Amino acid sequence: MSAIEKRHEEDQATEANGRESVLSVRDLTVGFGSNIVLDKLNLEIYRGEILGFVGASGTGKSVLMRTVLRLLAKRAGKIEILGADYDKITEAERIALDMRLGVLFQHGALFSALTVRENIQVPMREYLDLPQRLMDELARVKIELVGLAPEAAEKYPSELSGGMIKRAALARALALDPDLVFLDEPTSGLDPIGAAEFDELIAKLRDTLGLTVYMVTHDLDSLFSVCDRIAVLGKKRVLVEGTVEDMLACDDPWVQSYFRGKRARSIVRHDQ
Amino acid sequence: MSPSARKLTADVALAESAGGRSYVFTGAWRHETAEAMAAKLDGLASKGDGAAQFDLSGVTAMDTAGAWIIRRFMTRIAGPSRDDIHFADGGQRYVELIDALPAELRAPEKGSERLPLFQRIFAPVGEVMVATWDDVVAAMYILGSAVRGAQLKLGRHSGVSPAAIVHQIDRMGVMAVPIITLMSFLIGAIIAQQGAFQLRYFGAEVFVVDLVGILQLREIGVLLTAIMIAGRSGSAITAEIGSMKMREEVDALKVMGLSPIGVLVFPRLVALTVALPLLTIIANFAALIGAALVAWGYSGITIPTFLARLQEAIDFSSVAAGMIKAPFMALIIGVVAAVEGLKVGGSAESLGRHVTSSVVKSIFVVILIDGLFAMFYAAIDF
Repeated sequence: MSAIEKRHEEDQATEANGRESVLSVRDLTVGFGSNIVLDKLNLEIYRGEILGFVGASGTGKSVLMRTVLRLLAKRAGKIEILGADYDKITEAERIALDMRLGVLFQHGALFSALTVRENIQVPMREYLDLPQRLMDELARVKIELVGLAPEAAEKYPSELSGGMIKRAALARALALDPDLVFLDEPTSGLDPIGAAEFDELIAKLRDTLGLTVYMVTHDLDSLFSVCDRIAVLGKKRVLVEGTVEDMLACDDPWVQSYFRGKRARSIVRHDQ
Repeated sequence: MSPSARKLTADVALAESAGGRSYVFTGAWRHETAEAMAAKLDGLASKGDGAAQFDLSGVTAMDTAGAWIIRRFMTRIAGPSRDDIHFADGGQRYVELIDALPAELRAPEKGSERLPLFQRIFAPVGEVMVATWDDVVAAMYILGSAVRGAQLKLGRHSGVSPAAIVHQIDRMGVMAVPIITLMSFLIGAIIAQQGAFQLRYFGAEVFVVDLVGILQLREIGVLLTAIMIAGRSGSAITAEIGSMKMREEVDALKVMGLSPIGVLVFPRLVALTVALPLLTIIANFAALIGAALVAWGYSGITIPTFLARLQEAIDFSSVAAGMIKAPFMALIIGVVAAVEGLKVGGSAESLGRHVTSSVVKSIFVVILIDGLFAMFYAAIDF
């Protein structure tokens, strides 16, 4: 029995204690040439929470996410996802681990030659042993879950609006019922109502599917409304992490201006 | 999580008591067990319908696949409203998951009716004809705008940008010199060897010079160079313009008041028209050098003899007949590539399809034009 499967059985047991770490990053260093982007970064995500990740442009939010997803190589450090250390597991276990991760890329990254339904079925076909009819139904269930009209199933990505692309990409990220979902700026480019709906959708899916969500976002509304915890990236590491109150109490100038700026103040005031 | 590593099991049982029917679900309701459980539920569904109690307390795991077959089963026995289904205590989070799923799937409208045989045969033929005509119109439009469109600009400069044209000549012309030289050298050598081999039977080996000279200068030189450029630069033009179209860069040019044809197509068209005749000259020289070397080595025709014979065999009209065709072929390659590039839609697949059809169409039209020129020259005795 592999390490991951053991983990799977322990899922229920540890859940009762709460605070089970789903993703743990220790002393991570990433750089390009002589330019160090992340230096000894530490990060922890616990099961069932929505972690909002913010930082000024160019501080390495995307680099961190891409490193965690193994799209970039790291210089040093340790990344543990769902209890497995990427460097120590076999290729088969890595694939099994990838099945339990879902990613929503910033621009959707839907395959342009496939319809929305076929996009959702790409991972299903590859990994699930299901009859075609059930797979079609499941794809349509996911399309309904993310709030797309059934007609969208047979459309190509180039025929969809920006909001629909985000929803379709979320449906694809959820195709295999992942445990941990990475969202890269899920609400960017959506109108405020669409963004609020998307936030609600993420919170609802977290509750029903038991997801853990790692969300890179600049949307203050999302941060305040759905994120359980916020982490701020700066100076090549996590500057501060905690709840909105912790952010407001932090005395770092960037964090101050981000969370106490004009735009943030109006939201905080409405909340209270 | 290979299937062999661990067998997940699930089960459902129907218990009938005085309180009504009760379905007891146990085990892991995951995608691994979904197929078997879907079949089992199908069997149970026929045993009656109406109100029932569901007991999920024995379920150890559930994903959307498992939840969906249970949801589907609920709709089947009790209709879309779930008022008639009562969940027993236990497994509360699985109940939530089931409730989050839609009761039934709204089928997307399918508008595809079967057409009568007559239409299925002739509709595609008509579509091809219309598409071909549209291509011709688009090609004429691009050619016309390229001639005139470069001036349609209100800015400070005239529409013609020398830097862009020179850059394109460098990319399409200068960088193609090595491959064109090598290809033509080999073609010249091969024609000379084959010609000498056949003419040897008649003791007329020296006429291989006439053969290579006339064939290369009138036909092969310009034709093969055009085909090579269609593959090398035509595809690049389609891919460049196509990917700019895909990412709305062409639209950005339009709203800035710039003509995309003037900015994108015109410099490439001019560059091709300049580069192709020059490349043809290089190709002709390379081929004649290849032929001269083979004639010397294979048939013992010395270089001075070769040159003297060549001077007798060819005249101005042989050279001109080939060179006149070069700019026409350049325009065709450029216009076909631009038409295909501007037809690219939103997907990567469409880009690939149009690059392919750009190369295929331009090579076909180049050969067609070569044939028309041959007929024309024969008619005017050139």
